[in-house]
Amino acid sequence: MPKDGGIGASSKRREDIRFLTGVGNYTDDINLRGQAHVFFLRSDVAHGTLSNVDTSAAESMPGVVKIFTGADFEAIGGIPCGWQITDRHGQPMQEPKHPVLAHGKVRHVGEPIAAVVAETLAQARDAAEAIVVDIDDLPAVVNMKDAVKEGATKVHDDLTSNLCYDWGFVEENKDAVNKAFEEAAHVTTLELVNNRLVANPMEPRVAVGDYARGTGDHTLYTTSQNPHVIRLLMGAFVLGIPEHKLRVVAPDVGGGFGTKIFHYQEEAFCTFAAKACNRPVKWTSSRTEAFMSDAHGRDHVTKIELALDAQNNFMAIRTDTYANMGAYLSTFAPSVPTWLHGTLMAGNYKTPLIYVNVKAVFTNTVPVDAYRGAGRPEATYQLERLVDKAAHELKIDPIALRRQNFITEFPYATPVAVEYDTGDYIATMDKLEEMADHGGFAARRAASEAKGKLRGFGVNCYIEACGIAPSNLVGQLGARAGLYESATVRVNATGGLVVMTGSHSHGQGHETAFPQVIADMIGIPEDMIEIVHGDTANSPMGMGTYGSRSLAVGGSAMVRATEKIIAKAKKIASHLLEASEGDIELKDGAFSVAGTDKSVAWGDVTLAAYVPHNYPLEDLEPGLEETAFYDPSNFTYPSGAYACEVELDPETGHVAIERFWAADDFGNIVNPMIVTGQVHGGLAQGIGQALMENCAYDSDGQLLSASYMDYAMPRASDLPFYDVDHSCQTPCTHNPLGVKGCGEAGAIGSPPAVVNAVLDAMRSGGHDIAHIDMPVTPSRVWNAMNGQG
Amino acid sequence: MYNFDIERPGTVADAVSALGREEAQPLSGGQTLIPTLKARLAAPSVLVSLSGIEELKGVRMEGGKLCIGGGTTHGRVAREAEAHYPGLASLAARIGDPAVRNRGTIGGSLANNDPSACYPAGALGSGATILTNSREIAADDYFQGMFSTALEEGEIVTEVRFPVPSAARYEKFIQPASRFPLVAAFVARFEDGVRVAITGASNNGVFRWPEAEVALSSSFTADALEGLTLSGDEMISDLHGSGQYRAHLCGVMTKRAVASLV
Repeated sequence: MPKDGGIGASSKRREDIRFLTGVGNYTDDINLRGQAHVFFLRSDVAHGTLSNVDTSAAESMPGVVKIFTGADFEAIGGIPCGWQITDRHGQPMQEPKHPVLAHGKVRHVGEPIAAVVAETLAQARDAAEAIVVDIDDLPAVVNMKDAVKEGATKVHDDLTSNLCYDWGFVEENKDAVNKAFEEAAHVTTLELVNNRLVANPMEPRVAVGDYARGTGDHTLYTTSQNPHVIRLLMGAFVLGIPEHKLRVVAPDVGGGFGTKIFHYQEEAFCTFAAKACNRPVKWTSSRTEAFMSDAHGRDHVTKIELALDAQNNFMAIRTDTYANMGAYLSTFAPSVPTWLHGTLMAGNYKTPLIYVNVKAVFTNTVPVDAYRGAGRPEATYQLERLVDKAAHELKIDPIALRRQNFITEFPYATPVAVEYDTGDYIATMDKLEEMADHGGFAARRAASEAKGKLRGFGVNCYIEACGIAPSNLVGQLGARAGLYESATVRVNATGGLVVMTGSHSHGQGHETAFPQVIADMIGIPEDMIEIVHGDTANSPMGMGTYGSRSLAVGGSAMVRATEKIIAKAKKIASHLLEASEGDIELKDGAFSVAGTDKSVAWGDVTLAAYVPHNYPLEDLEPGLEETAFYDPSNFTYPSGAYACEVELDPETGHVAIERFWAADDFGNIVNPMIVTGQVHGGLAQGIGQALMENCAYDSDGQLLSASYMDYAMPRASDLPFYDVDHSCQTPCTHNPLGVKGCGEAGAIGSPPAVVNAVLDAMRSGGHDIAHIDMPVTPSRVWNAMNGQG
Repeated sequence: MYNFDIERPGTVADAVSALGREEAQPLSGGQTLIPTLKARLAAPSVLVSLSGIEELKGVRMEGGKLCIGGGTTHGRVAREAEAHYPGLASLAARIGDPAVRNRGTIGGSLANNDPSACYPAGALGSGATILTNSREIAADDYFQGMFSTALEEGEIVTEVRFPVPSAARYEKFIQPASRFPLVAAFVARFEDGVRVAITGASNNGVFRWPEAEVALSSSFTADALEGLTLSGDEMISDLHGSGQYRAHLCGVMTKRAVASLV
């Protein structure tokens, strides 16, 4: 029987009532008295010298409050980067200035040059058109390999080159890895592109800045996954506002997918301009602006090699990746192709020697940063495509090759510096094979062929690192922040709880799942617990939500705070029951004395805490409120095995996903329905990357896919009914809930299965094609099958 | 969008008169024009809305031809033409999405002549006649290249008259982002021959494929198209496919249209 509450129950998402009935409170719903609107005049060229920005005509346009240009921000800090990488020679990465408004040069299409604050948005836009901008065009730096050639045009004149860093990991392994390749019985080599993506949350970014002249308090309402991080970055590094005078509110947020982690210029601008104009200033991104100003994702060009011995055991992996940073370093950009990518190169396999080289490159494109999975999809894609290619070259079953090389003993220390605590890759693969009815494939292929179609089956495994992250470890790796999480549990007099968390929900269902955990611990109904998040004024300093960390890290903080609450409540109960504290047991919302029928209800204890008439005041403070900060001791390592079956139309090249199976190990699960939903969403984005989505620039740095007319988002009709299973559970050993995280798995684990399936289908039609790059569009498939490159 | 005046005439005559104003622009279903205005890519001083003109709306048979008012929405054509000309009704039923079909009109689509629109293929493939407030134009003379038609400034498409073939099929391969045709073929079989019109493919907009028409007129089978090819040189080449790929799809879509009819 399914549980009807607490951990393990598929409680319905309470937040959906407001989301689905149109009564959510999104940032764009916030309209303050006296509010003005800002329109950003953005560069329409990728690279050029900004010789003149003349706002004189625009300033006298109707409704204009004030116009700002880069000169207004000269004395102010730029947008900071939150992670510093040390390169393979021990040197820090090259870190360019990142101005709020362009100054001296423009470096990508969409970079803001001027900002017009006016009474209405239309007036701001009219005035922006009257600004005269003179740009002397420079050659655009677009192709990463060209960008790092000697004599290439530089994106940043004050840096020595377009190379942000040349990272080697683990540098000490390099010689041993090279030696293994010399001794290998077989080497498989694969060159591929991990296509650039645009996150496209349903809600575009919005910022509303407010300034209270009477108190000097600043408030920023923003579409953020981590309001405390924005407060710290913007307050300390950009605008010089101490945290106690700056409040950042991220109310309901309509999807983030990573792109709302970062601190953006528009947030700093609205906060700054609210004071400068002495009135609230609001910006709402249009969809077109989102395409050219939201941080993009992925964009790696990789060569990866696998050395195998004569028995097909993996001996070594060597990779050479170019990672696009775009024109500036977005908040966590340097960490994505390094610590979130290189550390995952072992995958599910006991490869003893691994060397990862990553060259991060500046180009005249929108900055690139974390997008659902962030580095881990790039690692998984190249590794799982490589293993499939090796199996094909060696003429062995790709599942058998994987099984032969699986890690089977845990904990397992990889050669890329992480230690997997638990996992059972055989179990998820067994489950996958059972679900996917692999034995019935031949008949399904025959049925497709009878219709003139080709059918392919593709499989892959994945491992990811979630529950980000141990602060002392990431500090050593260059993070300029800690990555703990916090929770304050406030018990009210009548027994209800308000839990204030530093995690942020932008679709994940925290308001439903978190109470399930606490309800179980105390033995009270979930609806007695309310989750508060998204406002620095009413929640403790926390690091927000990304990297599938909220339950593993934020949930653990909640558990710790609740444990403190229970400990104190037991003291109160022992007083009320006139029993020894050690004899008090909490069960089903009541405290009892072990071995007796004496008990006192949860609500009587909480009431006593706030109406302490009969209370041990000499030993115990009144009240019942506790805070905990939780810093994880390791990452968590969700894993799984995915399979995909496609039907390919050889005449048009169209690929239809017929079936998709996902067998995941997320450790313990709090709300299976929410987990299934997270996997579904991740799969949609992974399949979108594999088949449809492509953020493309031309050689002049113009964004070719700047709207939904050219950027193909997956729709329901492009996707199959998924078969999702998460019954394989090896609990995490180092957090109190034994949970691992599920938000990114679908996006990480699905692209290789899709591409492997497409190649299998093409092979069945006599087209022995070694590789095809994503997105596997109809024209690319047709071209590949018809020798058109 | 920029400011503009709006006129809402109730008759074609009043609309024509209103379109005489300087920088006036007719607005039908607005499925192209409104996004263009919102992106500030057009700045008409007057919009003349045709949506209140009842005489522009309707689907009827007259003299053996299917007559569709220029202001008739795709959704209405899909419903009301089904009994008379199912091949055309099916084309209308697959344009865009329900919101587009409930606003967009046949007159607006033909006046715009987007190289990837569906209706130009239906009109050219049927050998339709485009009626305006001042004249009748044969489809063969009407389409004059990408976004270009025989319409004069201020001329309104009032009606489109379709000869009804014995069989017709519109076969569409969509561009995955916009869901416009990447290439689509409209094949219509008449007593005196077959017409084939292709949309989505050419830099010159919708076009007829004479070799295919000849072949199909002598043998209405997919096999009759075997060996016929189009050059990719004049075809659109973009992010979604090369000219050569589009040229190939012209053959595939035409064959599939024929195959579905035999």
